Amino acid sequence: MRDYMKETDRYGRIWIWSAVVVVLMVPAAICVYYNAWPEMTAVLKGLLGVAPIYWTVGVIEVITYTPMLGVGGTYLAFVTGNLTSLKAPSALSAMESMGVKPGTEEGEVISTLAIATCSIVTTLVIAAGVCLLALITPILDSPALAPAFDNILPALFGGLGVVYISKNWKLSVAPLVFMICLFLAVPSLAGSVGVLVPVGVIIALAAARVMYKKGWV
Amino acid sequence: MEFSTNSTFLYLVAVLVILFVLAQSVFFLVRAYRRGREMGMSAERLRRVILSTSIFTLAPAVSILLGVVTLAKFLGIPLPWIRMSVIGALTYELPAATSTANALGLSLSQMITDPKAYSAIAWVMTLGILPSIILPPVLMKRIRGGVVKLRQKDDKWGDLFMTSMFLGMISAFLGMVFSDLRSGPAGLIPILVLLCSAALMGVCGYLIKKKNMQWLETYAMSISMVGAMIFAVVITPLLS
Repeated sequence: MRDYMKETDRYGRIWIWSAVVVVLMVPAAICVYYNAWPEMTAVLKGLLGVAPIYWTVGVIEVITYTPMLGVGGTYLAFVTGNLTSLKAPSALSAMESMGVKPGTEEGEVISTLAIATCSIVTTLVIAAGVCLLALITPILDSPALAPAFDNILPALFGGLGVVYISKNWKLSVAPLVFMICLFLAVPSLAGSVGVLVPVGVIIALAAARVMYKKGWV
Repeated sequence: MEFSTNSTFLYLVAVLVILFVLAQSVFFLVRAYRRGREMGMSAERLRRVILSTSIFTLAPAVSILLGVVTLAKFLGIPLPWIRMSVIGALTYELPAATSTANALGLSLSQMITDPKAYSAIAWVMTLGILPSIILPPVLMKRIRGGVVKLRQKDDKWGDLFMTSMFLGMISAFLGMVFSDLRSGPAGLIPILVLLCSAALMGVCGYLIKKKNMQWLETYAMSISMVGAMIFAVVITPLLS
């Protein structure tokens, strides 16, 4: 690894372990301040409902997204959250429009820049929203606007899809056909799309390898 | 100490956490910007990345804010504010809160008043998402080393490998849009929104490449996304 990458890794570790402490301090502070330590069984029962799924998704996401986002981008994106719906698309879009390759130092710089910007803007928008919550809640909750937010993922991935698929249409055929057929056959999988991302990745990689060996791409 | 889900103490905790997140983001932003300049990338190019990402982020950020509004109905503002700014996403926070409330026999239709129930929910929200934050430093060297090796061995395959990973991710989300197709006309809405977004991006691409409107590149993603969201507002009453 080059110096910038090595340093980014070192700083990233410091920040992410600090973030672990900060994140754990929140419930701990609530318990101490209000003298309200919860019953262990309640926490364990609650965890049982979500941990098996989300711990698995967590492992899958780290393995899948780290090569795409780079060192700085990964350390930042996993702390600030909303990875699939915001951070990864923003990094992807920025690298594509700047014409840099993921996995290179240029890609690393642009991906980190995009994810950092994304995190700052999101944090500021939420902070502003919280300050003005009484004013904006009726607008955000209005039934007329609901379809806009319900359809944010197709609105986001439609544009991103055109950019990527138009440049690499041969590579996109296999994963796209598979995913469309899968979701048509088993619509209930829509709630588990995070788990299906690595499935799409494996299919795309296998198809790409075959086409590469045959000299089609 | 009297408990309230909107107490000054909880707001103070929230502000400290938000400041930490902002500090980390600014730290990485400045480092990446400086490195970009050292590598010969122009300040104008780097600023364009910041500007286009900022505009692109606005609509999804409002959607995340909507998550805060949803959770605030029973958790107050500070905890959802923290959770949606650090690691969290509504798709996780809501099931975590629901699962804990069920375990405690509580309903989430009204504001939580029991501090122990509140702290139990806060612990489950935190512990359930912890691997996402612990694993990157643990696995980073191995994954990063793998990417570097791949590029050194065969650069062309390295490019195809990374592009295929992106396409795999995009395919999963594009496929998901078709999941409601069999549920009637309303199931067509996400597909039409997707096509509208794709068409708008196509038009932007045409104007950028054929009409030399390079300035549009900064706004193309935002135009296609927000345009498609407006389209969703228009067509939903017609198809529902």
